[in-house]
Amino acid sequence: MAEKRTVELDLATPGLDAQGRPIRVPLGVADPDVMDREPELTAEHMLLNVGPQHPATHGVLRLVVELDGEIVRRVVPHIGYLHSGFEKLGEYRHYNQIIPLTDRTDYLAPMANNVALAMAAEQLMGIEVTERCTVLRVIACELSRIISHLVWLGTTAIDIGAFTPFLWTFQEREKVYNLQEAWTGARLTTSLARVGGMMADIPDGFERDLRTFCKGFPPVLDEVDRLLTRNAIWIGRTQGIGPMTGAEAINYGLSGPMLRASGVAYDVRKDRPYLDYETYDFDIAIGEHGDVYDRYLVRMEEMRQSVRILEQALDRLPGGPLNAADPRVILPPKASAMSDMEAMIFHFKQVMEGVRAPVGEVYFAIENGKGELGYYFVSDGTAKPVRWRIRPPSLLNIAALPKMAEGHLFADLIAINASIDIVMGEIDR
Amino acid sequence: MNPSVETLRRAFGKSIERALVSCGQTIVYVDRQRLREVLEWLRDSADEEYDYLVDLTAVEYRDPERPLEVVYQLRSLKRGAELRVKVELDKDQPLDIDSVVPLWWAADWLEREVYDMFGINFREHPDLRRLLMWETYAEGFPLRKDFPLRGRFSRAEQVRQALAANPESHYSMEELSVAQAQYDLPADMRERLERGERGRVPEPKVQDDG
Repeated sequence: MAEKRTVELDLATPGLDAQGRPIRVPLGVADPDVMDREPELTAEHMLLNVGPQHPATHGVLRLVVELDGEIVRRVVPHIGYLHSGFEKLGEYRHYNQIIPLTDRTDYLAPMANNVALAMAAEQLMGIEVTERCTVLRVIACELSRIISHLVWLGTTAIDIGAFTPFLWTFQEREKVYNLQEAWTGARLTTSLARVGGMMADIPDGFERDLRTFCKGFPPVLDEVDRLLTRNAIWIGRTQGIGPMTGAEAINYGLSGPMLRASGVAYDVRKDRPYLDYETYDFDIAIGEHGDVYDRYLVRMEEMRQSVRILEQALDRLPGGPLNAADPRVILPPKASAMSDMEAMIFHFKQVMEGVRAPVGEVYFAIENGKGELGYYFVSDGTAKPVRWRIRPPSLLNIAALPKMAEGHLFADLIAINASIDIVMGEIDR
Repeated sequence: MNPSVETLRRAFGKSIERALVSCGQTIVYVDRQRLREVLEWLRDSADEEYDYLVDLTAVEYRDPERPLEVVYQLRSLKRGAELRVKVELDKDQPLDIDSVVPLWWAADWLEREVYDMFGINFREHPDLRRLLMWETYAEGFPLRKDFPLRGRFSRAEQVRQALAANPESHYSMEELSVAQAQYDLPADMRERLERGERGRVPEPKVQDDG
């Protein structure tokens, strides 16, 4: 019987530097100067169509790529395949009726969208929400950030060739989805928030299950971290790919992890705090090189920070009423609507006329998983907005794709596109 | 009120029109002729530093008398200040305005979207094509108030047009020019492109109940 041998494969995994961070492959290795070495290859450019139905485009994104050999010379993205006219529809709906539309924009983090919309409307109407509602909204936003980043992590790893993290991240995402389902009754179309409060309070056992998740989730992140962060293939495929400097990122209007990976320390939660984020103890992750690798590191760290925020939110979750005591916006309890004349009138007015907003306009933004999600309402005093504008973070991020991808290999275009973390529902609206 | 409004008035005088505060956010109206100048000053002036274009959009009011507004949501990342700059466009004049793409690349797709949805023409935009709707879309500008919620054409007409569309028309002219130069295209298609012919837009039928 042949002797069993253990072959030690040296995948040239780089070691750690003095600070304990992985040593980086020098920038520029992924951009070989083929033009000089193979001049005959430069004669013909090829036009390649990618998508709209293509697994690596994360939805119905279509890219028309001009290739010089394997090098991307130009990318023209085409969007709009999922355009549903949400902004137009919003002009025909009451503020609360718009909330279901927000589920369907960034459908990978619906709860955060619901909360953002309710808060924009509240700011327009000058409504204060209760403490319990504020903390629950923080929980909703951070859970959304986690599931959004988990989808990003899993699919990006698949795009770059690592299959395993996908299974782990989707398993964790499933746990959040179970929490989401217990809370809202829906896994995708949550419609969680209402102007002035929430659709429902958290169910029994939610706090316990969320704490269990907060305990079990970081070890899974550690496993993914061990699998990818110092993996030679992962580093080779991501470092120096699609870099954006801080100034470029600002000029292109990037936001969220894309902006922070380029070294710009801007986070809406820190710089324009909402939901009392200024009272939570958390850090924002900043990258240095603005490449795919730094975006990965930033998102990994953000998930850990989200867990920190979740734990703090659970610790401080107060009792008390969930909804604001404002009969203009919050429906009276069913029992009193059936027995009390005044309550019935409020009920009738809210259902039939909707909630009127004063004349004015507001731009309200939250830090969503993808970046800065802004809602801009213009009101003429009626119950329906004159204009409802979504500032979609993915739209501005993907608009920089041609800039990031030009000069890279075609395979890197896929990695760059994955690193942006797009969701087409939000881009096309 | 954001103090930038006062410094703007000192620097640009009459070109800065009214300013108001809504929900604690300052809105300043600017003369459309000097818009780009004002925004460039806001971006580059050492005391202002509005370096981040958060959003660019347009608003049409339900009151048909009111002009269209183009809205620039600015932010200074360093100072944490925000300013909303608006330009009014009268509907009886051509809806033309200077593009701010030379100032912010972020405006590229945002202006294309406003053009697509409102029909506002951004002068000197490098690539002003429809963004969300397809290039041969013939029903008009969906976010205008005179555009019906269900669209101008009936569903039957929309299907007819979709089936009659030339698949080549889904490439932009610029993209096709690459392939054309390399003689990769069939001869008949190349001929059409050389004549400048794009996907044919069928004439709309009068809307029936569809």
